[in-house]
Parts: sequence; C-alpha cells; structure tokens
Amino acid sequence: MSAVDHPAPARDIRERFGFWRRSYAMLVKEFIQLKRDRVSFAMIVMLPVMQLLLFGYAINTTPHHLPSAVLLQEDSDLARSVLKALENTAYFRFIYEVHDVDDFDNLLKSGKVLFGVEIPRGFERAVRRGDRPALLVAADATDPIAASAALGSLGMVVQTALAHDLYIGNPPEMPFEIRAHARYNPAAASSLNIVPGLVGTILTMTMLIFTALSVTREVERGTMESLLSMPIRPVEVMFGKIIPYVLVGFVQAFLIIGIGVGLFGVPVLGNLVLLALLSTLFITTNLSIGYTISTVVQNQLQAMQMSMMFFLPSILLSGFMFPFAGMPAWAQYVGECLPLTHYLRIVRAIMLKGATMQNLRFDALALAILMLVAMTIAVTRFRRTLD
Amino acid sequence: MSDGNGIAIDVKGLTKSFGGREVVHDLSMQVKRGSIYGFLGPNGSGKTTTIRILCGLLTPDSGEGTCLGCDILRDAEKIKRQVGYMTQRFSLYQDLSVRENLEFVARLYGLRDARGAARDMIKRIGLSGREEQLAGELSGGWKQRLALGACTLPNPKLLLLDEPTAGVDPKARRDFWNEIHALAADGLTVLVSTHYMDEAERCHEIAYIAYGHLLAHGTVDEVIAKSALTTYTVTGEDLNGLTAALTGKPGIDMVARFGTSLHVSGHDVAALEASIAPWREKAGLHWHKSSPSLEDVFIELMSRSKDNFQ
Repeated sequence: MSAVDHPAPARDIRERFGFWRRSYAMLVKEFIQLKRDRVSFAMIVMLPVMQLLLFGYAINTTPHHLPSAVLLQEDSDLARSVLKALENTAYFRFIYEVHDVDDFDNLLKSGKVLFGVEIPRGFERAVRRGDRPALLVAADATDPIAASAALGSLGMVVQTALAHDLYIGNPPEMPFEIRAHARYNPAAASSLNIVPGLVGTILTMTMLIFTALSVTREVERGTMESLLSMPIRPVEVMFGKIIPYVLVGFVQAFLIIGIGVGLFGVPVLGNLVLLALLSTLFITTNLSIGYTISTVVQNQLQAMQMSMMFFLPSILLSGFMFPFAGMPAWAQYVGECLPLTHYLRIVRAIMLKGATMQNLRFDALALAILMLVAMTIAVTRFRRTLD
Repeated sequence: MSDGNGIAIDVKGLTKSFGGREVVHDLSMQVKRGSIYGFLGPNGSGKTTTIRILCGLLTPDSGEGTCLGCDILRDAEKIKRQVGYMTQRFSLYQDLSVRENLEFVARLYGLRDARGAARDMIKRIGLSGREEQLAGELSGGWKQRLALGACTLPNPKLLLLDEPTAGVDPKARRDFWNEIHALAADGLTVLVSTHYMDEAERCHEIAYIAYGHLLAHGTVDEVIAKSALTTYTVTGEDLNGLTAALTGKPGIDMVARFGTSLHVSGHDVAALEASIAPWREKAGLHWHKSSPSLEDVFIELMSRSKDNFQ
C-alpha cells in the first residue's frame, strides 16, 4: 500500500445538521441496496399489478346473465312483462320455469340457479286492485358480489315493466313491491369496495415486509456491528430505512389506483391531493410497524412470521373482507387499532363518496397516532449495543 | 478532554459475562498514544469482547475507564466519532460498491466532501479501478484493505482492529502492517488482535489474554524476560524419541517441536538441567541454551492458565 506516498488530506467534520446528514447517508445506502436487489425491485411493481389484475378480474364486479329460475304460479301478461323486464337488465337469464315450491327451492339450494323469482297466484288481479302484492326475488348470496349488482337493479325493473303495461298506465305509487331476499348471506358487499380496499391491503403487505426485514438483515449479514460502531442514532437509522420505502409505497398506490380507475372504472370523486397525503401517512404508519417488528425479532424468518401475524387480522378485521359494522364489539375494537381499518374508510370515502378532510379527521388522526406509537417503540427497542 | 497524559486507552477492572459465563475478568490495561498495541490470546479468550467494550458496542458488567479521554460508560457516542473499528468478519455492505461503501461512511461521519474523501481513500488503499466493483465480489485481501480504508476514512484517533489479517496471504499481510506502522507514525493509536507471532513482534507493546484474564503485557522483550523461562534447543537424530522421553520429567514444563529442532523449556533451571543431563552427552544430539521464543512463552502461559482458570 502506498500510504506514505499519498497521505490523504485531513478532512474537517461538520457537526451541524448531523441528524439530517446521517439520516441522508442511511437513506442513500438503502436506495442503492434496493436498486441492486432486482427481485425486490421487480416485486414493487409486479406485486400490485398482479394482485389487482387477479383480484379485479376474478372478482368480476358486474357479472351478467346469471342463471335464474322462475316459480310461476300465474301465467298473466303482467307476470310475463315483469320477467321480460328482469331479463332486459342483462343480469338475469331464466333457464328454469317451475310451478312447484320444492322444485324452486332445490334449484337454489343446489346452485343450479343464483336467483329465483316467485310470481304469486293472483298477482295481476291484486295489482289492479291496488293491493301492492309482493314479488319475491330470492338470491343465493353466498357470493355477495355476484348477487349485489343484480339485486341493486331490481328497483328499476318495476318501472320498466309497467311502462309497457297498458292496463295500468303510469300510477303515482308503486303498484307492487319487489321483496328481495338475499338467502344464505344477508350482508352483501358492494363491488366498488374491492379496488379501493386492495390499495390498502397490498400496501399493508408490501410495506410491512420491506421494513420488517430491514434491521434483521443487517444483523444477519453482520453489517450491524459496523453500523453500531459508527456515530449514528436509532432515529436516524429508522428514518434512513423508512423514507425510501415511502416512495416505493407511493408508486404502488399510484399504480393500483391508476389501474383501478383505468381498467375497472372505479371513480375518484374526492381530492387526489388529499388521497395522496393520507396514503403517504398510511404508508409511513405501516413502514413504522414493519420496522418495529424488525427491532423485536431475532431473524428474518421470525420477521416474516410476525408480519403475517399482523397482516391476517388486518385483512379480516379491517372491513376489507367482512363489513366492519357487522363485527362484534371486541373485534371492532381490535379493528380500530389496525391502520388498514382507518385507511379503508379514508380511501373508500375519498374515491367513492368524495369525502373531504373534514369527514376524515378521526381516521387521519388515528393513523398518525398509530404511526407515532410504532416509531416510539421502534426507537426505544432498537439495540444500540450488541449486548 | 484530558489527553495530555499521552494515554489513549486506560481501563480498570473490566468484567463481562454472557449467560453466566465470564468472558472478560477484571481486565486492566493502558495503551499509549501513537503506539501499536498487540492483543494476543487463544480463540474465545475475550479479545473481541474487550475490543467491543472499548468502542461502546458492549457495556461492561463492571469496571471503568477512558478511551481517548472519554468515559467508556457515559460517552460512547463521543468515542464512536473518534474510533475506527474493523470487525473480525467483513461487515461492510456486500451489495454496495467500493465507492458507495466509502461514501456511506464519509457521509455518516459528516466529512465535508464525501465523494472526494472516498476517491482519495480508494487511491490510498490501492483500489483504483475497482471503485464500482461490489464489495462482496472482492477477494479476501482486497476486502481487508477496503475495511481498513473505511475505518480510517473519518480520521480516527484510535483504530481497533479485530484479527484484521485472518485468512490473508503473506504479501497482503506485510503490506497491511506497513500501512499500520505508517498510520501509527502519523500519531494514530492502534490496538490490534492477532494469532500470528510474527505480527505480535511487529507491535510496540503486547498483551496476552486467556480465558478472560490478562496474563502478561509489555514489550516483546519484557514479556519474554518476565516469563522466567529457560529454554534449551536441541537438534539431531530421533527427536521424536527424545520428546517422548523428556515429556513429564521434573523441571520440564514444555517440549515443543520446531521443524528440525526441539525446544525444551522450564521454570526451574536446576531441575530442568538435571532432567536433561542424561541426554546432554548423547551422540548425535546438539544442545544449546537459548532464550524462549514468544510462542514458547505464550504456549506456556496458555497451558498454565488452563490449570488456573478452568
């Protein structure tokens, strides 16, 4: 070595802005490592796109021509025009016409049809008398998404059917009632929930795993020893490790929402800037939780397991899979502690209902609190020595 | 800072246990500024633990002291800013290039021109042309140079090197030691742990540690003199037979083979000479009294400490 020939000039050390400088050093390092990790890098883009395309298309939000049966107890003109109107919605396709209640029930139970329409005896006469008879539409709602769109169209059917019926004309009141009965699963979820919900779910999963591995990876690769011997503080390590992934999360959110709007026609009624801001908050909250996991566990396997421990309740109790309001009180309390719960409300409200910050104050605050709690635990849990 | 006394490391009574096993026992040592201090001892003797305590990576169970005038218990952050620590296992980022690793260190320590500092260091450690190579793809010798470059980059006042030359070829080892001496000449204090006797002899002072106990320290000559060991060197035929015959005889503490010669050592000169007398005049054997080598001293210290502490 040529130490004597080329003495390095002594370089002075800046003491000011130490915090930002060290966080920045960490951040640059993390970015380079992320860039080098081709598989992870590809996952950032592939994961949301694949998931969204799979879920988005597999869970067809507006299925058409669903097999249906009719229990015809009266063969009248009005009954025929109601059936025609139902078929015109394009949701129903009548493949069975039965006259017996047992046959009707069996068709539904066996899954041969998803819908059954029952036209009761004396239907037309009752309508003319102004008795407002009930037309029962029974739906196999074990698959709520399939059933919900069709059930939603029923209201229109009455009007359409009657427009063609000369006997009745255009009465001010509904001459008969359609009683929709969602069998097997009374709580049918709305289909538009899926894409906004996926934004939150995918972000939870990827953000959690990215940071959950970050500290344990340093320990397992032996680089932690050198890092700890340098003058860097736990908060700086944390910021350096979280900030690159905020950008990653942002790209993912953008991709998912972009595909949701472009391919699946999900509207964004609210303010995009507000959506971006609150998404960033949610991303940072998840990254902090992942980072906290990382400071608690011993190795990368444990980190993955703990991430899953957090991810599953997030999916099940946040209102992504089951309606939040339908859960028992204790589950709702657990749900309130999960960032995904709050983000689902935020993202659905902004995209589908055009909500403003005014409406979302509580959920935004909850996210901020969860983030601060996670960060505090992480910074105090971070081992500054190898003890 | 009280660095007027010319002492870089001054610790007393350091003790550290892991899971009930005492790894470092009541260790006290002083290292002069600008000196190269060799840290020797068998595997698992507590060298790495002591080094980690000195740079604030481990907290001692008891004991106190200063490192560069800063209290090792309270001022760990201040110490970290002035100490370069080269770990036993390569601990820079394998997936970062040579340049990126050095720039990371430079930024972390707040060097004014991180890029420039990294560039100068690459030139200094002779890695020009390999700037963009990933650290993980470097050979052992290059990795070691890079690690030394990284820990000297922020101009530390003290270098702690934990077995820096393990698994490095002799040429690279010699270059490395030349660099260490050049750094010490510039006023840097170096504490280096090693297994190699030739490296120990390149140190200004050495300390021998076994089973957590500091057994001997001083210059190489002092350590040899203090051992009070008398050694006879024998050359000739059938040294294997002689080894078997002498081992365990009164006054003979150690019989060790060095190539074509045999070292016979003991503390009690009279007893030793009495025991070897029958073989002194034997044809084909040449005896002469010599001073023990550092290795003789250490092996003897080690076997003695085994009886005392285990």
